[in-house]
Amino acid sequence: MAANASSASPTLVRLEGVSMVYGRGAGAVRAIEDVSLTIARGEFIAVVGPSGCGKSSLMKLISGLHPPAAGRLEVEGEPVRGPIKSVGMAFQNSNLLPWRTALENVLLPLEIVEPHRSRMRRERARYRERAQRLLESVGLAGFTDKYPWELSGGMQQRTSICRALVHEPEILMLDEPFGALDAFTREELWCALRDLQAERGVTVMLVTHDLREAVFLADTVYVMSSRPGRIVMRCEVGLPRPRDLEVTYTPQFQEIVHELRRRIGLRQH
Amino acid sequence: MDRREFAIKVGSPAAFVVAMFALWELVCRALAVPITVLPAPSDVFAALWQYRAPIAANAVVTLWTTLAGFLIATVFGLALGIAVGWHRALYAGVYPVLVGFNSIPKVAVVPVLILWFGIGEVPAVLTAFLISFFPIVVNVATGLATTEPELEDVLRALGASKLDVMRKVGIPRSLPYFFGSLKVAITLAFVGAVVSETVGANRGIGKLMLDAQAAFQVPIVFAGLLVLAVLGIALYAVTAGIEARFTRWAFRGQAAH
Repeated sequence: MAANASSASPTLVRLEGVSMVYGRGAGAVRAIEDVSLTIARGEFIAVVGPSGCGKSSLMKLISGLHPPAAGRLEVEGEPVRGPIKSVGMAFQNSNLLPWRTALENVLLPLEIVEPHRSRMRRERARYRERAQRLLESVGLAGFTDKYPWELSGGMQQRTSICRALVHEPEILMLDEPFGALDAFTREELWCALRDLQAERGVTVMLVTHDLREAVFLADTVYVMSSRPGRIVMRCEVGLPRPRDLEVTYTPQFQEIVHELRRRIGLRQH
Repeated sequence: MDRREFAIKVGSPAAFVVAMFALWELVCRALAVPITVLPAPSDVFAALWQYRAPIAANAVVTLWTTLAGFLIATVFGLALGIAVGWHRALYAGVYPVLVGFNSIPKVAVVPVLILWFGIGEVPAVLTAFLISFFPIVVNVATGLATTEPELEDVLRALGASKLDVMRKVGIPRSLPYFFGSLKVAITLAFVGAVVSETVGANRGIGKLMLDAQAAFQVPIVFAGLLVLAVLGIALYAVTAGIEARFTRWAFRGQAAH
């Protein structure tokens, strides 16, 4: 499966003039205002912006956890009315359950999402095998029976991403997943995520404040302004795939990062 | 356990207890304290041995009333804690009532219980229950209420119902709180049972001590205290053991697995 998004790919997510508000009445906070964007099937998008600009709110919106105040929001051509099941989420904090091993943590979504839920009891061995392979594919062979506290931060995050992927969601939503890691581990995980996405062709929405991360991983980068969040720039990263870490040192790469940085900077002053 | 650890964990408390009794004995003898004021440990142990049959019989009564009250408190506290942790409205409504109820000294409730159920074991069981369920409710509710919102998002996005979130995350997560509260609750239940026995009962260590006091049998009073202390430690140790066994993951920092 090719992961590259082309303009011919069918649209998976469509937002038209969407706004989002937290709270009601006088205390209401406008988190997102008039956002329009589309995500193609298999596309890797990144959303960057200053902290508190509503990047995470955008994620909540698309996953159906929070309703829009205005505008149209469609996933797979259907208006979103509640939590959509074809989504997997991972956050900066890995949120693994400490009483479960890495493998059992990865199995968690299968215990909840249909049709796996009803098959779980009969086909537990097969599902364990699947989770095992997924963990091995991100370099965690030999750590599957460890508890979260026995894993390093990077390993926990890998496990968390596996948990988000195990039920084969249409969209993988990552909210600053590498924010708490050191620089070297972070780059390692970029590559792990790049390979996972290339292999599975899953659609990814990555929320981050790391511009290099966004440019290295994404097909399209959206820049958001500070609250209320609006999209102030859309940037197609033309770098060919597969991308190697070396690409981050090329002038072409630096050029894109600088351009993004300028747009964020301009809006803040 | 290596030698050093054994010396600290077993040797140190044992030496301390022995030293305490030795000091007590020494003070009693040196100052010739009358036996009706403070009997020396030797007198207390003698009384303990001499009256071992009635003491044991009464200790059994205190023990079972404590455990019965504790058991009811566990079931009731767990159920109410889950209910309160489930619904914010229920939490807001029930909490002030619980706090108010908990503020009433339970010794003041015993006469009412005796009025309703007569002298006997029932008031002791109920006092033990009433005094010990509060920490269980509060801890279970807190454990449920502090589930990470992000984790809840992960599950809700998968289409998990409230019940799923409770079963997969909320309840396992609140188990350390629950077992932690059991340690507090068992001690309180014990206090409740003994308090009730000293206010009005036919049997139990509390009643035994009351009778011994009325007869100026001070060594027996102290023997009763000693038995209470030993029982209290045993009950605490058992619940602490259960806690460590079921929530090993919560103690990962302290113990190897």
